[in-house]
Amino acid sequence: MSTTNGDLTRRTAAELADALAAGETTSVELTQAHLDRIAAVDGSAEAGVHAFLHVDPEGALAQARASDERRAAGTPAHLLDGVPIAVKDILTTTGLPTTCGSKILDGWVPPYDATVVTRLKAAGLPILGKTNMDEFAMGSSTEHSAYGPTRNPWDLTRIPGGSGGGSAAAVASYQAPLALGTDTGGSIRQPGAVTGTVGVKPTYGGVSRYGLVALANSLDQVGPVTRTVLDSALLHELVGGHDPRDSTSIPQPVPGLVAAARQGAAGDVAGLKVGVVRELGGEGWQPGVMARFDEAVEALVAAGAEVVEVSCPSFVHAMAAYYLILPAECSSNLAKFDAMRYGLRVLPEGVASPSAEEVMRATRDAGFGDEVKRRIILGTYALSSGYYEAYYGQAQKIRTLISRDFAAAFEQVDVLVSPTAPTTAFPLGEKLDDPLAMYRGDLATIPANLAGVPGISVPAGLADEDGLPVGFQVLAPALADDRVYRVGAAVEALLGEKWGGALLEQAPELEEVGR
Amino acid sequence: MSASTEVLVDFDEALERYDPALGLEVHVELNTATKMFCGCPATFGGEPNTQVCPTCLGLPGAMPAVNGKAVEAAIRIGLALNCEIAEWCRFARKNYFYPDMPKNFQTSQYDEPIAFDGYMDVEVDGTTFRVEIERAHMEEDTGKSTHVGGATGRIHGADHSLVDYNRAGIPLIEIVTRPIVGAGARAPEVARAYVAQLRDLILALGVSEARMDQGNLRADVNLSLAPKGSGVLGTRSETKNVNSFRSVERAVRFEVARHAGVLDAGGKVVQETRHFHEDTGITTSGREKSDAEDYRYFPEPDLVPVAPSREWVEELRATLPENPTAKRARLQAEWGYSDLEMRDTVGAGAFGLVEETIAAGASPQAARKWWVAELARRANDAGVELAAVGVTPVQVAAVQALVEGGTINDKLARQVFDGLVAGEGTPEEIVAARGLAIVSDDGALGAAVDKAIEANPDVAQKIRDGKVAAAGALIGAVMKEMRGQADAGRVRELVLERLS
Repeated sequence: MSTTNGDLTRRTAAELADALAAGETTSVELTQAHLDRIAAVDGSAEAGVHAFLHVDPEGALAQARASDERRAAGTPAHLLDGVPIAVKDILTTTGLPTTCGSKILDGWVPPYDATVVTRLKAAGLPILGKTNMDEFAMGSSTEHSAYGPTRNPWDLTRIPGGSGGGSAAAVASYQAPLALGTDTGGSIRQPGAVTGTVGVKPTYGGVSRYGLVALANSLDQVGPVTRTVLDSALLHELVGGHDPRDSTSIPQPVPGLVAAARQGAAGDVAGLKVGVVRELGGEGWQPGVMARFDEAVEALVAAGAEVVEVSCPSFVHAMAAYYLILPAECSSNLAKFDAMRYGLRVLPEGVASPSAEEVMRATRDAGFGDEVKRRIILGTYALSSGYYEAYYGQAQKIRTLISRDFAAAFEQVDVLVSPTAPTTAFPLGEKLDDPLAMYRGDLATIPANLAGVPGISVPAGLADEDGLPVGFQVLAPALADDRVYRVGAAVEALLGEKWGGALLEQAPELEEVGR
Repeated sequence: MSASTEVLVDFDEALERYDPALGLEVHVELNTATKMFCGCPATFGGEPNTQVCPTCLGLPGAMPAVNGKAVEAAIRIGLALNCEIAEWCRFARKNYFYPDMPKNFQTSQYDEPIAFDGYMDVEVDGTTFRVEIERAHMEEDTGKSTHVGGATGRIHGADHSLVDYNRAGIPLIEIVTRPIVGAGARAPEVARAYVAQLRDLILALGVSEARMDQGNLRADVNLSLAPKGSGVLGTRSETKNVNSFRSVERAVRFEVARHAGVLDAGGKVVQETRHFHEDTGITTSGREKSDAEDYRYFPEPDLVPVAPSREWVEELRATLPENPTAKRARLQAEWGYSDLEMRDTVGAGAFGLVEETIAAGASPQAARKWWVAELARRANDAGVELAAVGVTPVQVAAVQALVEGGTINDKLARQVFDGLVAGEGTPEEIVAARGLAIVSDDGALGAAVDKAIEANPDVAQKIRDGKVAAAGALIGAVMKEMRGQADAGRVRELVLERLS
């Protein structure tokens, strides 16, 4: 084992890419370093971070060897060729299980790759494994995973956010330099906030959803989970862009995100108009979260940005609309899990010769968790004849109002900002019996999904009350993803100067637990 | 086979007391190369589950993408049915659980069909009925279930079921009429004529094979009765998958009789789907349709709206084939058919077949004669559609060419048709194999003539005495001797030569 392994896992993806290009390391060496780190700290459902549901050392190392051969031949496939990555378990991967954190897909190995996975493989990024998540991405804490929760690397007694707690925790604990997540109401950004990492929800249609097992099709987006804004930009440019297999994907090239991130990192925010969303903050929000947010805004002002307060009055209805649209779509999406073609099959007890319907019923009863069942019931109700207009129809109208609020705000300002989440990471189990309290974690992130606009969460420091990370969210108009990178990188750079380095360096060292 | 326990009222008697209202829903399976939402081949007859992919199998994560060719076909069908074409429309999910539905929802169209508000003029015995088209919409087919074991071939009572997903995702256009009222006793014929004319239209458009026996074209027949003159609509039954023109007519006829029986007894017609039985011509109860059946339609979020530009719609309008009614009038004039001849031809379902036969070289009168008289009778005896009688238009034209060339006569032609139906080869091969060719060789004919004269001395004497008309009897005898295969003209000449 190389003595530089420990160093390698601490480096950003951009640094690893440079090291590979300079011949200072090999993909096999750094892939092995990350596999070793996973083996040391990830643990299991009982102990450790538990970011991964499935680790694929053989597959990752085989990809790493192929990458090294390309490097040796002078024909790397991409700047990130050879840099390993973790993939949320909601994206299909040939030959690797894809469970969506659910028992109902226990053991299912997809026969096809999601488009984003195809692009990762084509670019030569070894896939370390699949990361834990709330079942079918329903949750804000990763506690709804049927395979046990992921723990926050900053404090293993606390939640890592959700639904993509696995991807965020893997990156935060140096088990992977890069990860892919999916964001339906905040599932990339909120885990980013509470783990001190960077997460981006691209413009709706900016990244292909083909192979993303849909939670709510009209809200879902795939996005990057990393430790720096530049790394997110690199990964976003790689996986983004039009895909004919996804009709909702935008037939336009991805804007220059890496260039925008570099521009922002130089602190260039002069003349930028920033709007602070009145409805996303203030009373009821954790004081330590608001304090760090305010400091970040002040840093932007000090760097030359112009800051105004903006009101988006419809945002207060966003959560209500979201919890009608999402269950409606997912109640239909999850109907396919019927034990007929793949996944779990449970035979009803005490029935000699069960019918197809009886097998479906028994399987769905055993295979879905309570939160999933809750949302299927809500959605089925919301779409029912006689209730459709009152629920789903009204929710769509709110959605239109929220889009109008964004449009009006972006006439005044270039970007909108808010804290990413109302609180820092809460203790495991605290909100499990109170779904509404859990749902509140996504207050600030949901509007972007309803309107399809892009958003980023970058670390804003540690809350005074608990010493846990706080996230700063930047939202931009649809298709202007470059703006969230520019502003996100500026905040990262301005605050980094203050901290004297990356916020994650202040995280406690993890004990080795094995895996 | 299921037995009927219903009290049936005589059809004509039922029509004295009730007005029927028809509704027809026709599913047309398009002949696009690929499926509605994926690139899998849409061809018929592949090994089960070989023409499938993540999308049409409904695997987690897979997404649909609309087949532009299917949209084009839908628009052309809409235009041919005089419909408005939506400037903007969406797909919707129709949610229900069934083992042959890969996603447990069908991607269909709900309140925003691609085509709407059209009509088709249907001719029955020279009278034109305007059938109003409510909508034509796009959707995907389901997989095909085969229920193994059990007596009925239906899911209940089956041992197990096999599902073939090759059919899942094949593009369908569903064409829905508004209630057709005012047809009275002609309702069965109107229903049949509508489906037949719709099939002609679909074939002319070239968008489907439109074979009812293969399920390319499937008709659901809705029928309700209301007290005569009341002007209201009664409760309807929905008879599913009626798979021939004849069955459409029979299904309507049966349902009229059944509904009348229920209503006469003071009962209420149950709103339900019914199955038609080809063997007995009756319908039996399927599942009851009630308000409890809630498909929870909502717009398909994985697809963007379909917004055909007006320019494209006009381009497609320019590709439409001739309107069938106009075409019929034009061809009637070209063929020189009387109104009665035309009506018989259409009534026999022979119009398209006659057209093809003429195109293959037969004269219009000959084509009509064979299809409307000879072959229609055979089809009727066999209880099959005329097109399924076992003889093609090209073969009919070939038979007629043999008649006109003097190789055979009309009587022998009927034996050639027997041979064609039996699959004995081409008309020429059948003539040769069955030895049907007319004999005009003087040697053979002369011998037969001499034999006839010898056997009928009285007749021969009459001819010698100048009663030339008596020659018919001798010609008849020769024909009998030659099993109908003698050249009658030459026989007459030989008879007169010998007896003058």
